[in-house]
Amino acid sequence: MELILAVVLGILTASGVYLLLRGRTFSVILGLTLLSHAVNVFLFAMGRLKTGSPALIGVVDDYADPLPQALVLTAIVIGFAMTAFTVVLALKAAVELRSDHVDGEAPNEDRL
Amino acid sequence: MALALLFLFPLLGALLPVFFASRPVGLLAVIALLPALASFLLVVLQLPLVLAGETLIHHWQWVPSLGLTFSLRLDALGGIFALLISGIGSLIILFARHYFAGKENAGRFYVLMLLFMAAMLGLVTSENLLVLLVFWEMTSLISFLLVAFSWQKSAARRGARMTLVITAGGGLALLAGLVLLGQVAGSLELSQVLASGEAIKASAYYEWILVLILLGAFAKSAQFPFHLWLPHAMAAPTPVSAYLHSATLVKAGIFLLMRLHPALAETHAWFTLVTLVGMSTLMLGAFVAMFMHDMKGLLAYSTLSHLGLITLLLGLGSPLALGIALFHLIGHALFKAPLFMMAGYVDLATGTRDLRKINGLWRYYPGLMVLTAISAAAMAGLPLLSGYFSKKMLFAASLTVDQPFWAVSVLPLWVTLAGGLSVAYSARIFHNVFFNGQPQDLPKGIPQPLRRWALLPLLPLVVLTLVIGWHPVGLFDFWVVPVTLAATGQLLPSYDFAALDSGWPFWMSLLALIGGIAFYAARNPLFALHARLPEVDAKEIFETLMRQVILFTRWLVHQLENGSLQRYLALLFTTLLVLLFWALQGMVVGPLPLSPVDPAFAIGALVLAVAAIGVVMIQRKRLLALLLLGVVGLIITLFFARFSAPDLALTQLSVEVMAVVIMMLALSFLPQRSPHESSKARRGRDLFLAGGVGAAFATLAYGLLTRPLDSISGFFLEQSVPGGGGTNVVNVILVDFRGFDTLGEITVLAIAAVAVFAFTQDLQLKSRVSEGWDAQGFAEAHPLLLRVTAGLVLPIALMVSAYIFLRGHNMPGGGFIAGLVTAVALTLQYMAGGLVWAQQRMRTQFRPLIGAGILLATLTGLGSLVFGYPFLTSTFGHFDLLLLGEVELASVLVFDLGVYAVVVGSTLLILANLGRLMTVAGPGKEVG
Repeated sequence: MELILAVVLGILTASGVYLLLRGRTFSVILGLTLLSHAVNVFLFAMGRLKTGSPALIGVVDDYADPLPQALVLTAIVIGFAMTAFTVVLALKAAVELRSDHVDGEAPNEDRL
Repeated sequence: MALALLFLFPLLGALLPVFFASRPVGLLAVIALLPALASFLLVVLQLPLVLAGETLIHHWQWVPSLGLTFSLRLDALGGIFALLISGIGSLIILFARHYFAGKENAGRFYVLMLLFMAAMLGLVTSENLLVLLVFWEMTSLISFLLVAFSWQKSAARRGARMTLVITAGGGLALLAGLVLLGQVAGSLELSQVLASGEAIKASAYYEWILVLILLGAFAKSAQFPFHLWLPHAMAAPTPVSAYLHSATLVKAGIFLLMRLHPALAETHAWFTLVTLVGMSTLMLGAFVAMFMHDMKGLLAYSTLSHLGLITLLLGLGSPLALGIALFHLIGHALFKAPLFMMAGYVDLATGTRDLRKINGLWRYYPGLMVLTAISAAAMAGLPLLSGYFSKKMLFAASLTVDQPFWAVSVLPLWVTLAGGLSVAYSARIFHNVFFNGQPQDLPKGIPQPLRRWALLPLLPLVVLTLVIGWHPVGLFDFWVVPVTLAATGQLLPSYDFAALDSGWPFWMSLLALIGGIAFYAARNPLFALHARLPEVDAKEIFETLMRQVILFTRWLVHQLENGSLQRYLALLFTTLLVLLFWALQGMVVGPLPLSPVDPAFAIGALVLAVAAIGVVMIQRKRLLALLLLGVVGLIITLFFARFSAPDLALTQLSVEVMAVVIMMLALSFLPQRSPHESSKARRGRDLFLAGGVGAAFATLAYGLLTRPLDSISGFFLEQSVPGGGGTNVVNVILVDFRGFDTLGEITVLAIAAVAVFAFTQDLQLKSRVSEGWDAQGFAEAHPLLLRVTAGLVLPIALMVSAYIFLRGHNMPGGGFIAGLVTAVALTLQYMAGGLVWAQQRMRTQFRPLIGAGILLATLTGLGSLVFGYPFLTSTFGHFDLLLLGEVELASVLVFDLGVYAVVVGSTLLILANLGRLMTVAGPGKEVG
């Protein structure tokens, strides 16, 4: 199971990184979201995977590690805020620069 | 406290001239003299104690957690330097009173002068190595300002820049050396460093430490090949040169070498490095000095030569050689300062420093001539003056070297030759200025008479030179011996000065004298010969070098930073990949066996992988890619739910809904498709980088997952119920154990939301919307069915979120999740009814809601302070509520309410403002 998880994490990361390297803001936002998914799952998995054992005292006998869960919970919410901010930034850039390229200009205008 | 006053007097006193800057120079000089004299008297008062062998040390706590104390020490070594610095400094202040008479910027000079004095005094009384370094850098910076005093002149600016680059560059090396030294010695306090000399010399880092510290000291003391800056620093006003180059700045490096003698000296590497550098500087300075036609240039190179001599003696390593070096250092300070002052007066009176023009001044300045004669004779090493003894002691010391071969054979010859050259240039500075025929077309015509009392600052120094010459034993026994004891820890026997009058030292000095006079007599043909040599201007070389460096760095910056964010990111990922590859070596497989595959998980993983890859494959069709991204989010939600994290699953689900909504909103303003624009090579590079980072990440995850887990969560699981009063450990961690973190996190959330609000305020998207927007879209924007359903959903959703909120402490839920559920429900209202409709029905603005949430959370935390507990301490109790039965209420519930408010407010603020952008007929005023 660990192997499958590692491979899936690798695929998520690779997809995210590839999209981050694209030239258009929307792709970068997609990439960023995939990458934060990967990081969240990675952090969560550091508490190891256990089924049927939520960290509720008295409900079950064996508890999953609650600490990574707490960390990831706030990470998800802040990741959402960051995505929203990036989206607005992309909109602002698209309006002001009249291009949705990350460098704010058409790619054929190659700089030195 | 007295120790700190020593440098505090001039440091604070430096403020005084600021207030009197427009007053006459005479008053300024008196004001500046007060703090300098105060420090001088303070040293004098401490002298009996420190010369008797006492070491005064005082510590002030600075940053105890870093082992950093502000500690000062005064022993005989620091004392003698402090005496020279404050004593000669006081005389220079008097001298500057005459030099700056009738000029405007004396105030600035005195401020810098006192600051410099403070830095030097701090330097020689430091006990902590880092404190020493701070003062060291301070001297570099202030000397830069002093050299650039006449900043209107290009020569001054360039000289100052050179001084700064070389001395501050040396300072960097010194920083590294001292930190390393502190690491090896186990302490940054000098007392401990000096006591662990054997351990330092035996350490593997000894060579590094030695070379780095020597770099710093040599750059400061203008030793070859760092000597370049010193002659060019002569662009400074003469009082600056007199002070910096006789007693202070250049002696700082020497001081450091003496100070660290027990820690570093008396090894083979030390002998070779220090002696060779000293020898080179000695000869280079002595040779060039003779050919300088600029009076101050001659003195500058002679200073170089004497510094080389002192360094050479220190290189020999024995305590006796250090004593002789000290003897010469004191003598040099006493005779070089008057010579500089003389040069300043002659410069003022004649308007030039060119020795070919200044001749025969004896009939204008007989008094100055006598004082110069004594100082120059001491520099030449004529009998019965201070220099005579130190030079012969040097000759004697050069004969006692017994290995290695090159030193035994070359050193005596070398020092004799340099001695001869020093006789020659000393003869020149005296004879050329005061005799040698008549003055030749001086710019100012007939030399002006000196001001009254102008010779006063020279007098004490010249008298001391005479006294030392008359009674060298006194200087040696009462000063040099205790200082050497303080520096090396070894007591010198009394020096037999009578032995110097016979044997080799005597003949060597006689030879140097005759040779020097002969050299000076033959000067004119030699000058002609020298003039035919190609001129090498160190400043030009230096400037060219600096220009090349600047051009190179500019090129490098343009290569790296070409304005393409894609390239920056690629570079970052490349670096990451290299570092990860290096860090992950040997990390691949851990010892734990793999756990059996859960079929549901395997299917989910497969869908996730396909969806993620699918997003990449169809990323150009943006809407489809976004939908697939939603699939990824949902699978991750299921993943959390499957692996015992109900809170995470709820959070992820709500966030996913909102994130997709936001991205859809954004997509309506952006092109629906991305163009094909990456070349094949570029795609290949990106695939390689992405694959590499992904593989590294997978390796890391796999390596970690197959290793045993040692979690700190046991504490939280145990303490959750008794300490936090809740059975949902995740929530208890969030609002109780790590409540402070959560407070920080909701603040970040609020900041992001407010930033979105601010960004959308002046964003004019409506014109863009109308271009490609299907008018049909508006007609069916708010279908009736959705509107009705949404109206039904709202109360239910609010009930659910209230329930989730209240039970959150014990069952999955809590402020974050309840807030998100509420936000989703309200978002539905916005989508169903339209922004205007929904906004009219909102009873609150969002920004006040966010503020209130943060305030509530903070006040809850502060509340525990009122009861005398640390910030955010929680309490809880059980209450019997109507209808709900017994409910456990904890103070963290109030905190969680704050979290709830912030989450609702922030989420809706973001959504409503993004939504406002696309509402053509939307509310004109701001939303939220």
